[in-house]
Amino acid sequence: MTYDILTPAERAGAQSAAPASRWRQRAQGLLADYGLVLGFFAGWQIASMAGWLNPAVFPAPDRVVAALWNGLSSGALVDDIVISLQRAGIAFLAAVALGIPLGLLMGQMRPLERALDPILQLFRQTSALALYPVFILIFGLGEGSKVFVIFWATLFPILLATIGGVKEVDLKLVEMAHSFGASQLTIFRRVILPASVPPIFVGLRLSATTALLLLIAAEMIGANKGVGFQVMNAQYNFQIPLMFAAIFLLATLGLAANWVLVQLQRRLCSWSLDPR
Amino acid sequence: MFDTHQTTSGAVTIRDLSKSFHLDGAPLTVLRHLDLDIPAGQSLAIVGASGSGKTTLLRILAGLEEPDSGDVLIDDFPVRGLGRDRSVIFQEPRLIPWLNVLRNVAFGLEVQGVARTEAETRARRYLRLVGLTEFESALPRQLSGGMAQRVGIARALTVQPEILLLDEPLGALDAMTKLAMQKELSRIWAEERVTMVLVTHDLEEAIFLADRVMVLPREKGGTPKLMDIDLTRPRDRSDREFVRVRQQLMSEFGLH
Repeated sequence: MTYDILTPAERAGAQSAAPASRWRQRAQGLLADYGLVLGFFAGWQIASMAGWLNPAVFPAPDRVVAALWNGLSSGALVDDIVISLQRAGIAFLAAVALGIPLGLLMGQMRPLERALDPILQLFRQTSALALYPVFILIFGLGEGSKVFVIFWATLFPILLATIGGVKEVDLKLVEMAHSFGASQLTIFRRVILPASVPPIFVGLRLSATTALLLLIAAEMIGANKGVGFQVMNAQYNFQIPLMFAAIFLLATLGLAANWVLVQLQRRLCSWSLDPR
Repeated sequence: MFDTHQTTSGAVTIRDLSKSFHLDGAPLTVLRHLDLDIPAGQSLAIVGASGSGKTTLLRILAGLEEPDSGDVLIDDFPVRGLGRDRSVIFQEPRLIPWLNVLRNVAFGLEVQGVARTEAETRARRYLRLVGLTEFESALPRQLSGGMAQRVGIARALTVQPEILLLDEPLGALDAMTKLAMQKELSRIWAEERVTMVLVTHDLEEAIFLADRVMVLPREKGGTPKLMDIDLTRPRDRSDREFVRVRQQLMSEFGLH
């Protein structure tokens, strides 16, 4: 019989290298991960300073950083971030609140899934942006239509991932629980629900990306606040460094949203991650 | 009859049991008018070619499958469906990947409504029995195949069944692990004094573990053959008597 598992002492032993070489290892790891990104910005800066780039189109990164700093310290960009996060956040949470319970139900009840599936497929294949004018007609040009178009686009990845997750639960585990006399509710609570968490997270991360994408699009049409609005507005007013600052902010928002979800995923379903 | 067990409950009686499946509309009879008595505490091995209905019989005993007709009685009471007097050990360990070893072993008790602390206390006893005490906080993915299967065995025992139903429990293990696990099962059975029904396609495993071997015929619905294994325990595969019994069983099986 083989015991292919390390005792805690062995595991600790494997990690305790000398501190100096550990720092070097970490530095090397960081360089391997982010070297290219750093190189990209450095190259941009150098090209700007050498005059190879037209500053009217590509301002130097330090000017973008300055514009970002001004925007943040004056509070102007902060207001935009708050309103953008609010729009995307409300829409995303609403999609979660509807998508996950509905998905759990649909994944378990075949007739319900069969009845709803064609219309869901139709809605899903219709671009949310194509429907945006319809939502504007219904909800007006205010917050309602913006939140709703983001909600619409984020609902489907969550819903479909949840349905898929429930349907792909290992039936052998279900049967095992059943063989011990577990009730349907217990099986749902103890087997189906936890097993669906990893696929649901796939849907959540996809939705978070979609939410930001739709946020920008919605804010570019008929908004007077928000990071997406700021990108368009800065361009109209030829404040190119500010435009880049807003774009940079959007990228940061996307990364931050993903980071939060990854942390949550680690906490909730570490068992399904990095199988080593 | 070789009988080391004085257990009084867990006797299985099967009367006139039939079961057929529908394959592409055509009925396929896998069990026809089967009668069988398993005394309490006995270990019975069911062997037979694939498709002979051995797993179906076990699943009916477990309550995971309904017979078309006939009765299953446990201690003279007819049973339908699942029951806490029986637990199943499947071919795969079927461990819950997000629960650690201890909580996996306690799982059966917990879904039966036993409080978590109580369930874990009882689970620890069976983890000790299968020799995995120090791995109680490991996750299933960190275990080898043999260890995982022992967790599955502990989980089945923790609910203290009268009848243990094993569906090719060692079929997926490598040869060495399999031999070690057969010894383990033999020891556990002797300690726990349960009725054991073991489905296997391994004749040696059947002879090593069982008081009695039932051979399901290859032709569907034919009469099964029963053979007592009167060998002293613990059994030794290289023993001359063991080899003789094996040859006898092979010819019964039509392999000679």
